[in-house]
Amino acid sequence: MAEANFDIEQLLRTALAPVEPSASLSERLDMRLTELTAVAFDELADWELAAMRDPRNWARPVAAVLVGGAAATALVVVRAQRRSKKHGHPLRALEEVSRDVSRDIQRRLRR
Amino acid sequence: MASVDKAKLDAEFTELYRAHLRDVYSYAYYRVGNHHDAEDLTEQTFLQAYRHFDRALRESGGRPLRPWLIRIVHNLAANYFRDRSRRPQTNLDDAGPLSDRRGTDDLVEGRQELRDVLAGVADLPEDRKSALIMRFALDMDNREIARALGRTEGATKVLIHRAIKQLEDGLDQQDG
Repeated sequence: MAEANFDIEQLLRTALAPVEPSASLSERLDMRLTELTAVAFDELADWELAAMRDPRNWARPVAAVLVGGAAATALVVVRAQRRSKKHGHPLRALEEVSRDVSRDIQRRLRR
Repeated sequence: MASVDKAKLDAEFTELYRAHLRDVYSYAYYRVGNHHDAEDLTEQTFLQAYRHFDRALRESGGRPLRPWLIRIVHNLAANYFRDRSRRPQTNLDDAGPLSDRRGTDDLVEGRQELRDVLAGVADLPEDRKSALIMRFALDMDNREIARALGRTEGATKVLIHRAIKQLEDGLDQQDG
């Protein structure tokens, strides 16, 4: 700016010096934003559950279930083979292992 | 949106908030003239900014977000005066930042001069006042002010020049 404006600019800079917000405002804002962040995470989780009600959003979970299901079947078979070798009764071993794997999957889904 | 993205976004917002809390508060304070309403405006600004942060980040093209933030508090201040039919207060709480910076008695005349400047700024039209607060309280350059006010850089330069001229003329008249 021109030299003639120097004084007025200096005055403006001094008169309009930055103002520090109070500690209470900073604390209040910190708290509000932390709450908002937590709420946003909850909403995200709710949205994911709500989205499952819409059949258009099923493709990915269905694929995951198919892949997971295949993996679970493979897991049941492998564990049953191991148990049957150990206890000598293939059908009972298969039944027990199925229950174990089912519990595993339920536990993981709850996380 | 994945949780990881959300966490990253929140971290970036926290950074923006910490870096510019004082800017937003200073702008609000010099616009409304009292600490109570300035605190309300500051709080509203950051809550609104949080809601739209994702989009602002995407549309910023890597440019700093301070002008966007100041634009929010600028609009909220305009609503504040429009909705409540308020006029900006000329007398800032406790003389604002003037009270702490000048401790010696021989500067009484200087203090009066600063009060006159603040009163002169408060009497300016809204756009000129806003531009001066952005320039001198927040140290924003023409480009940033232009983005905050939604004007071109050229128009912003003219706006600031005219604001300073009007203020000078007003102070000269008081002296004379």
